[in-house]
Amino acid sequence: MTSADYVLGLADDALVSAQRMGWWISRAPQLEEDLALANIGLDQLGQARSLLSYAGTMLDRTEDDLAYLRDDREFRNVWLVERPQTDFGVTMARLLLFSAWQRELYAALVTSSDATLAGIAGKAVKEVAYHLDHASQWVIRLGDGTDESHSRMQAALDAEWPYLDELFEGAPELRPAVLARIEQVVAEATLAVPEVAPVVGGGRHGLHTEHLGYLLAEMQHLHRSHPGATW
Amino acid sequence: MPFEELLAEDGRVEPRDEMPDAYRRTLVRQIAQHAHSEIIGMQPEGNWISRAPSLRRKAILMAKVQDEAGHGLYLYAAAETLGVDREDLLDQLHTGRQKYSSIFNYPTLTWADVGAIGWLVDGAAIVNQVPLCRCSYGPYARAMVRVCKEESFHQRQGFEILHTLSHGTPAQKAMAQDAVDRYWWPSLMMFGPPDDDSPNSAQSMAWGIKRFSNDDLRQRFVDMTVPQAEILGLTLPDPEIRWNEERGHYDFGTVDFTELFEVIKGNGPCNAERMAHRVKAHEDGAWVREAASAYASKRSSEAVA
Amino acid sequence: MRDWPLWEVFVRSRRGLSHVHVGSLHAPDAEMALRNARDVYTRRQEGVSIWVLPSAEIVASDPGERDAFFEPAADKVYRHPTFYDVPEGVEHL
Ligand SMILES: [Fe+2]
Ligand SMILES: [Fe+2]
Repeated sequence: MTSADYVLGLADDALVSAQRMGWWISRAPQLEEDLALANIGLDQLGQARSLLSYAGTMLDRTEDDLAYLRDDREFRNVWLVERPQTDFGVTMARLLLFSAWQRELYAALVTSSDATLAGIAGKAVKEVAYHLDHASQWVIRLGDGTDESHSRMQAALDAEWPYLDELFEGAPELRPAVLARIEQVVAEATLAVPEVAPVVGGGRHGLHTEHLGYLLAEMQHLHRSHPGATW
Repeated sequence: MPFEELLAEDGRVEPRDEMPDAYRRTLVRQIAQHAHSEIIGMQPEGNWISRAPSLRRKAILMAKVQDEAGHGLYLYAAAETLGVDREDLLDQLHTGRQKYSSIFNYPTLTWADVGAIGWLVDGAAIVNQVPLCRCSYGPYARAMVRVCKEESFHQRQGFEILHTLSHGTPAQKAMAQDAVDRYWWPSLMMFGPPDDDSPNSAQSMAWGIKRFSNDDLRQRFVDMTVPQAEILGLTLPDPEIRWNEERGHYDFGTVDFTELFEVIKGNGPCNAERMAHRVKAHEDGAWVREAASAYASKRSSEAVA
Repeated sequence: MRDWPLWEVFVRSRRGLSHVHVGSLHAPDAEMALRNARDVYTRRQEGVSIWVLPSAEIVASDPGERDAFFEPAADKVYRHPTFYDVPEGVEHL
């Protein structure tokens, strides 16, 4: 039996990620990329909704209850996805780490004995494969582009890398495959695998960075201002 | 077939056909302005993506704003068939030499504004755009067919937002009414100045770029919208709206175009923000675009070597 | 700095049909052009297969030579089945 907390962790990862991704629509480096990032954000939001609805069946709450009426101490997402991001290199570095992990995770969950979760994973695994491809394409181009883009991409990777570890909490067996995939992209991008100490994140236990509070304040404010209203 | 003959037969002009310079210039200006409007139009609604009050609404809004990026993209591509570059058109937008629709210089102050934009602004856009599907210039007409297919979902989702609000709590209903009050008149202005005051219209009609006059389209929009407002249970902020049996149309009040001209001049509530947002996105993305070009030329020189 | 090159996009809407031109887009290279085409032109399940090619590589007939190119086919009515009289009662012809 899957625990609601576990499902909420995956749901919150996707939701918070989608919330950050939505920021890019109208701010991407090129019109084509506005569409691409919106597609990724929409996939993530769709995953979040399926997972929240599933968690909701265990907790007797709706997807919106769970998205809008929990405080940050009740959110279960990792730190990787919650920090602010307004640099395209950072967004692509983060998406590379996140989707490489999601790809392995969902591939494993497809055969889960929990049929609902397996169903959600079956759909999500195809989506995150595309996200991983998109992030890989960009990390390679930025890494192996101009001198400026090379150093910016390296800096972005260095900044995101410490948050990779938290993803493996509870599932260390995913690490080799995820790292192999990431390192292959990093090498093709002529970048160096960062040698930085991991940050001890506590997202799965409801301990977050200061940034999540602001993200939720913005996301939840309208919904909470009209208790009980339908939209 | 010579240009004039083609038009007389209601044929379509295609990119490499001979065409008068003025026709080409008019099309470039109109299509570019249309494309600019689509991408600047992402901002007022994009403003609410992070705050959408339910996850369902958030998904719909993200998809809608994304569609507008697509519309801009299709239209820039149509303009490029006339021998201009998208980069140059964007440059003209960023330096204020080309305009976009003034409607997007109004702020989205509440969630209900997202509904009002979908219902009224996309609604007015559809009335303007449906005839453009038969525009004499092939690539523009084809882009508009694609755009119009996508637009109908935009208007419906806006209507649905307002319908839900006006049947919700008193605060929600007030929010919906306030949004309609603010967006009604600017929406009517989207059809442009009155016919007697629209010097280029006659030429555009003769060229088959424009199929109906500004005032005809405005009337069509009013006729379509008034009954919908009744179903929404919202009032349109014009005491002069009433059915005119004789004309077979709704009468409505006079649009105050001095406001429109102020906004066009750059004195609207959000002109500066919209431009600053757009220019910043473009400048912040320069290193990314350059990197991709550099990577591509490295790869192609490797392939040659 | 010039924009990325322009690409033409062709989409097969379902198996059994030809790829049809749907529009164009900008992309730095072929791989990104294909991905952008997926994101721009198949958001509503419009396709099962995509071709992209650089717009600059297209060779087009000249509209000025349209008469020389296409007029000669106009009088070959015998190429069309409706040209032929079929006696009453003949089926499956
Ligand atoms: Fe649009
Ligand atoms: Fe629209």
